[in-house]
Amino acid sequence: MTRGFKIPKRVTTEIDFEGEVIKIDAEVPEQEPEPIPEDKKLNIIGKKVPRINSEEIVTGKAKYAFDINLPGMLYGKILRSPHPHANIVNIDMSKAEKHPGVKAVINLNKKNVRYVGEEIAAVAAVDEETAEEALNLIEVEYEKLLFVVNMSRAIEPDAPKVSPDGNISKPRPRERGNIEEGFKEADVVLERTYKTQVEVHNPAEVHGSVAKWDGEKVTVWDTTQATHGVRRSLAKELQLPESNVRVINHYMGGGFGGKLGLNVHTVIAARLSKIADAPVRIMLTRKEESYCAGNRPATIQTVKGGAKKDGTITAFYYKSFNNGGVGSGGSNATPLWDIYQCPNCLIEESSVYTNTDASRPMRAPGHVQGTFSLESFLDELAEKLGIDPLELRMKNYTTKNSGGTGTPYSSKGLDKCYELGAQKIGWHRRNKKPGEGEGPIKRGIGMATQIWGGSGGPGTQLDFRLLTDGVVEIRCGTQDIGTGTYTIIAQVAAEELGINVKDIKVMIGDSDYPYSGSSGGSMTAASVCPAIRTAAADIKGKLFAIAGPLLGENPENLDVSEGKIFVRNNKSKSISFKEACKHITEGMLITNETRGPNPKGYAFNSFGAHFAEVEVNTLTGKIKIIRHVAAHEFGRSINILTSENQIHGGTVQGLSYALFEQKIMDEQTGRMINCNYYDYKIPTAMDAPQIEPIIIDSVDPVLNNLGMKGLGEPPRIPSHAAMANAIYNAIGVWIRELPITPDKVLAALEERKEG
Amino acid sequence: MPEKIEKKDAQKHQLSRRNFLKGVGSGAVTVAVIPSSIAAIKAKETISFQETGVEKGVVNLIVNGRTYNVEVEAREILADTLRKRLNLTGTKIMCSQGACGACTVLVNGIPIYSCMTLTMDVNNSEITTIEGLAPDGKLHPVQEAFIEKDGMQCGFCTPGQIMSAVALLKNNPNPTLDEVKLGMSGNICRCGAYLKIFESVLAAAEKGRR
Repeated sequence: MTRGFKIPKRVTTEIDFEGEVIKIDAEVPEQEPEPIPEDKKLNIIGKKVPRINSEEIVTGKAKYAFDINLPGMLYGKILRSPHPHANIVNIDMSKAEKHPGVKAVINLNKKNVRYVGEEIAAVAAVDEETAEEALNLIEVEYEKLLFVVNMSRAIEPDAPKVSPDGNISKPRPRERGNIEEGFKEADVVLERTYKTQVEVHNPAEVHGSVAKWDGEKVTVWDTTQATHGVRRSLAKELQLPESNVRVINHYMGGGFGGKLGLNVHTVIAARLSKIADAPVRIMLTRKEESYCAGNRPATIQTVKGGAKKDGTITAFYYKSFNNGGVGSGGSNATPLWDIYQCPNCLIEESSVYTNTDASRPMRAPGHVQGTFSLESFLDELAEKLGIDPLELRMKNYTTKNSGGTGTPYSSKGLDKCYELGAQKIGWHRRNKKPGEGEGPIKRGIGMATQIWGGSGGPGTQLDFRLLTDGVVEIRCGTQDIGTGTYTIIAQVAAEELGINVKDIKVMIGDSDYPYSGSSGGSMTAASVCPAIRTAAADIKGKLFAIAGPLLGENPENLDVSEGKIFVRNNKSKSISFKEACKHITEGMLITNETRGPNPKGYAFNSFGAHFAEVEVNTLTGKIKIIRHVAAHEFGRSINILTSENQIHGGTVQGLSYALFEQKIMDEQTGRMINCNYYDYKIPTAMDAPQIEPIIIDSVDPVLNNLGMKGLGEPPRIPSHAAMANAIYNAIGVWIRELPITPDKVLAALEERKEG
Repeated sequence: MPEKIEKKDAQKHQLSRRNFLKGVGSGAVTVAVIPSSIAAIKAKETISFQETGVEKGVVNLIVNGRTYNVEVEAREILADTLRKRLNLTGTKIMCSQGACGACTVLVNGIPIYSCMTLTMDVNNSEITTIEGLAPDGKLHPVQEAFIEKDGMQCGFCTPGQIMSAVALLKNNPNPTLDEVKLGMSGNICRCGAYLKIFESVLAAAEKGRR
């Protein structure tokens, strides 16, 4: 150490993030606590612990960005294009500028707009109504251009061009083996096409930002899943040093992937605020939230698969068009690429550009769409082969990724999910012959498989302090988007330090706290919790260094549990945790130790299997989900209560996607028709089925020091697909297009009658 | 001739609105903290106009046991009065059209959508918001149950859910699961936490029985 500084260890970890492999290069600690043994009795981790911040929520004290009321605050509104494709010939802001009560206007100086809702200009005024009035006074002269909003039209050769290079992006092929050989080996070859709709995130709290300047520094309360990400992007956009930008997000009313990046309205709020020299609040209306704040892309997916008589899958060919709007349509193929043993596979996916707002990641992007096609196809294949659908899945089970050709999974409890799920739903009760039930109301049972990443990764930084009164303060720039991040952080710290969660103060959702990544890809829990445990263990050591001399013992021999520090082989020799803290002479103990990298040589994935029981009225076409069993393996669950809640939520959203939700576009005007909570159908209490979560008791042996993976997205992935398969089992007719609305059920039944 | 009758009703309504505006004072801004027993303050015979030409008047609201005389616009919805003028931001707005229930508050004990209610229409009413359920910091049994059973995810719709649950249990202290579903069907939870919400309402009913 003659140089006076040390070079820390940095490791690059490869991570499966929302279906794509990304690399995180991060500084990692020299030492991490040993993984908690699977059989160790824990007091707080893995229990049903109520959210530590729930009192703020149930009393209305929780402040969301939506609730920020600042003295002198102005209300910002954005003028959006009413046309799906147009040149802007002229724009006159003068009347708006002069309107009483208007304090700032911005012209974004656009020459061209490509979707209804694209931002053109903005105003800030003393109240929302005045701002609306001012928007109406902005005069824009448009030159309307040809447009296309629906994907099935956009892929036709003579469709209006959204992008100069055409409407279909070059396919991104993924290939292994040789599909021609694979199909030759097959006894049965089947090809089917499936369609999914555009789904809108529609979170409870709309997108929005409140911006306030203090000299050259700006503070933004933002509805975001990426507190630090927004700080960095906004600083770049405003050409400010990062230290001049602060993003606050203590509470956020749902995001589901739609709030991951920096939004245009956030930049506008900051700019308006600077001009007006007053705080500016821009919250989107529900209408704006619906038609121009992102969505899950629609897809047209074709699956061709071959199998031997015994069910061995020999080849998959997959082709998909994904409606990206003016952005990318993403990728759906990972479930098909990964889940089942299959040596020969070819995937070709293209984004299709349309004159609609850009798609954004939405809870398990791609996997939701891809699981519908894959799992419907597996059931169709099973029927053709005369094999039970569950048996077909077990026949092609693999313990390595890439269809059995890749890396071994660190842990995989999918077989357990199949076994326990089938048992619970009563798989044997399903119709042997689909649609065989008597009478007009038919019941059916179906299932589907889930795979997802969610390994978490290194890079989370934190500030972990133990004060002299025994209270812990944790500052970390992660965020709680409704999944319960506050609580699991407190649980892990409390467990490691042997104290009560009440003594852990968790401060997150602020870019003034140390860096942590965005909340996407089910990454938050497994990134942050192991880091918290490393820091807590470090603090524990520091406290033992104080407690050791007090007990006349070597600190190495100490342990802590239930508020007491004791000698490991002589429990009667002890000092209370709080008492030991009084002897902290430097005011506090502090650390920023964090988690290590993920080990190399494994694939890290979570697994699940959903089983649905449905009732279909063949006279009205109405579908009711009766029961839904949701089995999940995601390593160690930190909080059973919030884990169950995630599983419920994923299932209800799956029901919604299977039966109700779709963004409907008017092809004449290019506008969304159902941009409100009435016409865009979201399930209510009356639609919620009985949901029975099964949390597989497992601990990942190598992934991280808690043996945990993420659960945010997984319950969303197979829910709708299981329901669709159950609907087939009930009525004996395939409906290959979501949502499965009553009209589609009746039309399909009618077609079979005629056929 | 139902059409004519409807028109008449509409006229009556407008008239009463105008009378209301005449009947209340101007210029007063959020004078708060008068014990509800003292109740309404006498109104002045004036109508005020903003620079933008919007009619304004003062209403008397008894919110969570406190009396407020608040100057509001004729077009103002109760949710905005609560959130913007009284800074009671626990009441949320999600849909702005009476489709989701996030803005549910109790007016004279009855649950209403405050985004669909003009403030002037609830003049002299007693209003309970989420902030009023736990006076002196002691949580309402419904609030306790929502904490224990995790009847929330992102928490944004939760105040509305709780207000609906309070009203439901007041009318029916021993609801069945189906009655809970029906009673809570006016409140959307986009996260889909319905099952935990049902558990919470049933647990609150159980607390009520103890």
